[in-house]
Amino acid sequence: MITLTHYLVLSAILFTLGVVGVLIRRNAIIIFMCIELMLNAVNLSFVAFAHYLNSMQGQMFVIFVMTVAAAEAAVGLAIIVAVFRNKETVNIDDINIMKW
Amino acid sequence: MLNLVALILLFPLLGAAVNGLIGKRLQKEHVGYLACGVIGLSFLVSLLVFCGLLLLPPAERLFEKEVFCWIESGSFKSVVGLQVDPLSTLMILVVTGVGFLIHIYSIGYMHQDKGYHRYFSYLNLFTFSMLLLVLSNNFLLMFIGWEAVGLCSYLLIGFWFEKKSASNAAKKAFVVNRVGDFGFALGIMLIFLTFHSIDFTEVLSAASHGHFEAGSFTITIITLLLFMGATGKSAQIPLYTWLPDAMEGPTPVSALIHAATMVTAGVYMIVRCNALYMLSPFTMTVVASIGAVTALFAASVGLVQNDIKRVLAYSTISQLGYMFLACGVGAFTAGVFHLMTHAFFKALLFLGSGSVIHALSGEQDMRKMGGLRHHIPTTYKTFLIGTVAIAGIPPFAGFFSKDEILLESLTRGNFIYWSMGALAAFFTAFYMFRLLFMTFHGKSRLDHHAAEHLHESPRNMTLPLTVLAGLSLFGGFLGIPGASAIQHFLSPVLGGHGHTEISGAASGGHHGAGLPYLMMVVSTAIALGGIFLAYYLYIKKPELPKKLAERFRLIYKLLLNKYYVDEIYDVLFVNTTKKISAQILWKFVDVKMIDGSVNGIARLVRGFGNVLRLLQTGYIRNYAFYIVLGCIFVVVLAVFGK
Repeated sequence: MITLTHYLVLSAILFTLGVVGVLIRRNAIIIFMCIELMLNAVNLSFVAFAHYLNSMQGQMFVIFVMTVAAAEAAVGLAIIVAVFRNKETVNIDDINIMKW
Repeated sequence: MLNLVALILLFPLLGAAVNGLIGKRLQKEHVGYLACGVIGLSFLVSLLVFCGLLLLPPAERLFEKEVFCWIESGSFKSVVGLQVDPLSTLMILVVTGVGFLIHIYSIGYMHQDKGYHRYFSYLNLFTFSMLLLVLSNNFLLMFIGWEAVGLCSYLLIGFWFEKKSASNAAKKAFVVNRVGDFGFALGIMLIFLTFHSIDFTEVLSAASHGHFEAGSFTITIITLLLFMGATGKSAQIPLYTWLPDAMEGPTPVSALIHAATMVTAGVYMIVRCNALYMLSPFTMTVVASIGAVTALFAASVGLVQNDIKRVLAYSTISQLGYMFLACGVGAFTAGVFHLMTHAFFKALLFLGSGSVIHALSGEQDMRKMGGLRHHIPTTYKTFLIGTVAIAGIPPFAGFFSKDEILLESLTRGNFIYWSMGALAAFFTAFYMFRLLFMTFHGKSRLDHHAAEHLHESPRNMTLPLTVLAGLSLFGGFLGIPGASAIQHFLSPVLGGHGHTEISGAASGGHHGAGLPYLMMVVSTAIALGGIFLAYYLYIKKPELPKKLAERFRLIYKLLLNKYYVDEIYDVLFVNTTKKISAQILWKFVDVKMIDGSVNGIARLVRGFGNVLRLLQTGYIRNYAFYIVLGCIFVVVLAVFGK
């Protein structure tokens, strides 16, 4: 029997993978994908809760999250392309002028 | 009718605001008419209030109108409230009446000045401040008026601020007054601490109902502090030095400062607080002594001055000394009476001297005048009346008031007060007639340029002179000994202390019933003696004064240089203050301490910033890591925090 706990543990593992990925990877595209992974981990827990609580709200939120994620993907990728055109790299260690 | 009292204040304020804000765009005529009109209206309302007051029975002649509550903090309460009683009514009549005449005169006198609207705006504001001072029903509001009068005097004395001497004189007046005001402010604070109120009615009734012993230490300190304020505003020793320099302002301003407003403030304040002063015999002695010394001191300086306005300035100081002498011996009515008559004849004399200066295209040195009586007859006639009035010849106004003061100083004070006052009266008669003879009689010593343009002043200048001459002639009849209207009128305010006649007659009994009449003869004789001496020296033997000056060089120089008081003050106070300011306050306190601490704080913040900015690495990963740390922290707090 697959319970709510299973879903939540899976969601937590995926989320942690995403966080760790954001923190340790250098490539902006990979980081971007990790962020998507985190969003989807959250989506998973939303859907699981929606199912077990018999509520539509969780599923509705998933739709919203996916919409935001799609918009974010468009904007984020555009930014990465723009940065690449300027600096010929997407290694975020080289993109560090946001400081004193 | 008494409810209209707020209008008296409103009109001049309105005039000042309109002329000050849009006067530049108005036509010159309108500016003048507006300024005179508002004061005229104010005067009419004052008359109405006066009539309203007369309709009441004497014991109920006190009306207070609370306009609004200004400050309320704990037990401290200050309202903007106006008080109508015989004393303040008399003052507003004098201020608006004489002020109105001076305003009219100013239209003629200032017609060529480019700061016309500015002048009238200040003049209105000055009148407003003085009215506020005399109408207020508590010490704090009076202090506001007191300060505003000081401010306006600064603005008007420095009216021709392009002249270095004028702006210096304005500063001097302001700073010297500030010294006195400091004492006044301290006095008010002490009054609040002692009486838990700053309302005139409450404080004075507490004082007069015997809650305090006569000679109590606190009351003495309070009255001395208040008197310190009075010496500043009313130009008494030691704070009189600003007044002669105040001659730098336009002449009508001098008339306004010296006659109707400003300098009378100190006398008014002491008379208002008579119940307090009566409790402190020591302060009364101080007031009387300073008054007597000032009267004599200033009169002696006036003997040798050559600037027509300067003589009058010293004469004002001297006459104010009389008023303080009267207050100091407890003859408050006599002080107020002299205040009123002095307002008439001193305004007349100043406006007359302004007319002379106007006729001579700005010449003020009496050595370059002479023989003017045929050229400017109206000015001469009115000036003569003013001179006779101040010299104290019956039946002119000055005679009655001065005679009353001298009589009171003898019966209530002692022989020393009287002899100083009498000597000052002799000096007064002498220097005033010296002024008259040097200006209007004898041979003409005019410059060629001035002689060519010699002309009588226009109607709007001579008319006020004529009215004031009338007042100087008949004003004295308000206070005829034995049937004094003014004393009867003021008796509700001056309470048990104002019964001049009763005590005068009682103590007169010791000296014989004929004393008042004897004194009249004596003071007239003194005045005539002064006049005769002036006549002898300046008409009969015009070469004699020079010889005398040669003979008594030392005294002459001492008097001519005003006892070197200004120089002494410079050494003692001005230069010391400058040095302390430069060496300690500027170079140490300001540069080292204040700047040092400000810069120190800045340096400290910069140091912290230098450390903290290391947090900003620019690596997004680091920021994301902080966010995650934060999230974990919040989660841990949420889960285990309880």
